[in-house]
Amino acid sequence: MKIAFGLGAVIGLLLTIVPSVLVAMGLLDWQTHATLMTIGMIVWFIAAAWYPQPSKS
Amino acid sequence: METTTSITQKLDALYEYDREPVHEKSFHGIGKFLGIYAGEHIAGTEYVIGPLFVSHGVTASDFFLGLIVGNILAVLSWAFVTAPISVRTRLTLYWHLRKIAGPNLTILYSLVNAVMFCFLAGSMISVSATAVGLPLNMTMPTLSDMMPNSIEWVVVVLLVGSAVTALAILGFEKISRFSSIASPWMVLVFIAGAIAVLPTLGVQSIGDLWSVANEKIWTGVPFAGQTKFTFWHVMFFAWFCNLAMHIGMSDMSLLRFAKNWRYGFSTASGMFLGHFIAWISSSVLCAAAAGSVAPGPIAYMGAGIAGAVSVVIAGWTTANPTLYRAGLAFQIMTPDWKRWKVTLVAGVVTTIAAIFPALMMKLLDFVALYGLLLMPMGAVIVADYWFLPKLGLRNEYAAYRGLGMSWPALIAWLGALAAAVALPYEIFFVALPGWFIAVLLFVVLSFFQQKYLAGAQERGLQ
Repeated sequence: MKIAFGLGAVIGLLLTIVPSVLVAMGLLDWQTHATLMTIGMIVWFIAAAWYPQPSKS
Repeated sequence: METTTSITQKLDALYEYDREPVHEKSFHGIGKFLGIYAGEHIAGTEYVIGPLFVSHGVTASDFFLGLIVGNILAVLSWAFVTAPISVRTRLTLYWHLRKIAGPNLTILYSLVNAVMFCFLAGSMISVSATAVGLPLNMTMPTLSDMMPNSIEWVVVVLLVGSAVTALAILGFEKISRFSSIASPWMVLVFIAGAIAVLPTLGVQSIGDLWSVANEKIWTGVPFAGQTKFTFWHVMFFAWFCNLAMHIGMSDMSLLRFAKNWRYGFSTASGMFLGHFIAWISSSVLCAAAAGSVAPGPIAYMGAGIAGAVSVVIAGWTTANPTLYRAGLAFQIMTPDWKRWKVTLVAGVVTTIAAIFPALMMKLLDFVALYGLLLMPMGAVIVADYWFLPKLGLRNEYAAYRGLGMSWPALIAWLGALAAAVALPYEIFFVALPGWFIAVLLFVVLSFFQQKYLAGAQERGLQ
């Protein structure tokens, strides 16, 4: 599960930043970029919230 | 006098768990500090500061150079002023200041701090309200709005303020955890929003960046009614926007957990992510929004719903701990009240302050004032620790003599503030001379207190 949530977190962050670069390069329209960022936000918060925290000694 | 003693005892009880110096087993690694500082300095207010610089007509070269120099000076202040005393005393600011200034003056300092915390949290609630009001088509406040500009604004601020206060009452730990989760994502939202609007500003390739920066973003021409800012404004603001934390020594409470003083350099993560990249990004968004400075709309224009949500989260997660700290400080005046009731009062004060857009639109001035008010006590701590022993004077004199209030510290505080206000310069530039004035006053008056007054008292007793 740790790997799955870790992967989810990375995907969430990639969906947040990569679409904007594609918009700047003229390869993606703004609306798709905004939609992908929203999906990235949801994925990031779910994955990061459920990612196992190191136990406190 | 009895009331003051009671308040002091209650205040001491409130901070009881912090009374002892931090033990070695509680020290944190460098990674923890890098994370804390990066998260702490990516706040909702970063969405306002960049646009305010744009509105004041900073040129691109002044902006970048000012931020680089100012942020480096801020990091050096943490590393060479705050951290060395923090790791030697291992105490919070409260307990260390108490030994120097005496318990009564420390109460006064805490109260001033609490009021400023309320206003700071208020500005963050205003920031969040600009995003919450987006779906309602609310009329956004503009640079010239000092008073509420619509009923919708007042209602939205009241709603956001109530929610922030309720969450602060319900629990601080969970919000703190949520804040740490949100931080990495928020940095990327700032960057992504700015990158996505570059084509609308006319950037077709990387080669266009500098010319667009000069012609469309940091044009060097102030907006109507705004004063012109130069390199010096940017540099001093970047250096002193956290004046209370570094030179004012508030971050002793955090850096006392550092393994050594070099951990002070970890503040670079916050300075160069929050106070560099985020300010650049919000400036770009402001230019793309044709000069709008309302954080909600400009973030939405760059990043859509994610941008608007990031404004709400950035404002909320930073307003909450600020409100919590304000409640903690206010509790000294209402020792019999429960924590929830004090936080509620702090929340009401904060929300009322947030109704006035002036707090957000004059954020640069407010932040400068906040630092200026608390800075002299940092100067007193530095003078007490480094200079008094070298002059053959005793440091932590209030604790040594059991004084309720150190009058050299009080006069140094008020005298430095009065001198700073009297100086014929803008508020951004008076803190530096003010620091030297505070040090000088404290050292001279301590010399007088310890060499003459104490000596005269002892001779009188004989």
